[in-house]
Amino acid sequence: MSLLEVRAVDAQYGLLKAVRGVSLSIDDGETRALVGANGAGKTTLLRVIAGAHRPSAGSVIFDGADISRIPAYKRVGLGIALVPEGRRLFPGLTVEENLSIAGGRRVRGDWTVDRILEIFPMLQPRRTQRAATLSGGEQQATAIGRALMCNPRLLLLDEVSLGLAPKAVAAVYESLQGLIGSGTTVVIVEQDLGRALTVASHVTCMLHGAVVLDGEASAHSREQITAAYFGVRPASGVGADT
Amino acid sequence: MNWVNVLVQGVLLGGFYALLACGLSLMFGVMRIINLAHGDIAVIGAYLIWVLVNQTSIPPWLAALLVLPIMWVAGYAMYVLLLERSRRAGQLVPLLTTFGLAIVIENVLLQVFSPDDHSLLSSTGTLATSSISFGGLSISIFGILTLATAVVVLTGLQLFLSRTTSGRQMRATAEDPDIAELVGINARAVYAKATAIAVAIGALGGIFLAIRQTFNPFTGPTQLIFAFEAVVIGGFGSPWGTLLGGIVLGVAQVIGAQVNPQYFVLFGHLVFLAVLASPRVGLLSRRVHAL
Repeated sequence: MSLLEVRAVDAQYGLLKAVRGVSLSIDDGETRALVGANGAGKTTLLRVIAGAHRPSAGSVIFDGADISRIPAYKRVGLGIALVPEGRRLFPGLTVEENLSIAGGRRVRGDWTVDRILEIFPMLQPRRTQRAATLSGGEQQATAIGRALMCNPRLLLLDEVSLGLAPKAVAAVYESLQGLIGSGTTVVIVEQDLGRALTVASHVTCMLHGAVVLDGEASAHSREQITAAYFGVRPASGVGADT
Repeated sequence: MNWVNVLVQGVLLGGFYALLACGLSLMFGVMRIINLAHGDIAVIGAYLIWVLVNQTSIPPWLAALLVLPIMWVAGYAMYVLLLERSRRAGQLVPLLTTFGLAIVIENVLLQVFSPDDHSLLSSTGTLATSSISFGGLSISIFGILTLATAVVVLTGLQLFLSRTTSGRQMRATAEDPDIAELVGINARAVYAKATAIAVAIGALGGIFLAIRQTFNPFTGPTQLIFAFEAVVIGGFGSPWGTLLGGIVLGVAQVIGAQVNPQYFVLFGHLVFLAVLASPRVGLLSRRVHAL
């Protein structure tokens, strides 16, 4: 059964259309890599799903219910959490505060500050430090931890490896593996195609705001995905508008 | 000895300014709104207490206990009905909204209560006039009570912001409302709550105003200027900065009065201008981001 369904969503910034007629369906427990070049509309699509950006057309269905009109903070309660691009921690709050404020009206689930610190041991000594003083990798871990504190059924990860040292990227992906194993549905936006495909079961490729390739990761060769990524030629798949 | 006395009187006066400034500072710190109606809100508090005390002859402290929740609700409504809409229209619009609100409040008060001066002084017995002598200094009991209230309110606010989930959510929303929503915080409710707290504390300041001096429908703007100066001197958005700013302003005014009674307000303004002109505005301004 699909946990998330995006139906013909258009999203724009003023006159600039960032997402055009995107439809996709993500099953419960699936890990979806959302790839594409800069400006393909990936971040905007995630923000539409999380409720931070109001689409100009189309609808978002989560767990069978239309959530298009539900504000972002209530979607968190339904089980949608976004790790935003660039971490976006609250810089003046400590690591512990950044974690503990998340989730609003507590959702059922068992994530606690202590458990987050357990899966990200590097944060343990930083617990009472202000987020602004953390390294990039530590900030990313805190940002993921903050999203986990919302006890998500659907975790949206936007560019988690951007600007991180290779070692920090490896650590972040290692902890993601654990999450994926535990059955959380994950949508991961990533520039690094190889990295994304190591964890993803399905892949969606966007180009100029539209989906140009969609399906099981194993069903497409690396070359096919790369071609779709750069819009080299119409890829096999759905909804091409190249 | 005379200068010690000046210092003590200045600090006590500063407590009053800090109490007035507290809500102004909170609203700016959380929402980046400068509430130009803050002084008039304090005056509304003063009038409400005055009416209650005169109509029912209950003691002022009991009247205050009734008025503060009313002002809390009024503050909440003020955000939801007025500020929320104007915030959506841009940064400058809330400033204009509160400016308009100030004018409306002043004229409604004028219509209802006439331009006569009122005071709560007569209802407070000897509290407002008695003082204790200490080493040749005469210290007003009411002044101490005002300063103590300011310290308690500011400490409470600081603890609320740093220790409670609600307060932490308020700081998070102040830093990044967009992301706050994405981690499950209802930013609108947080803003409304901040306004409610600010208005209730403003009204509390108004009660002390009503006891220490006479007030009329147009007392608000002067109080707003003093509160605003206290906030700027101390650095916007920091509770401790507000207390420090109030005290610096109070001491400057009393020193001015010592030099020449006419220089009372002038010296306060000069300190305010000096702080504005200094490269690092606000004594604790670094704390703005830490709120």
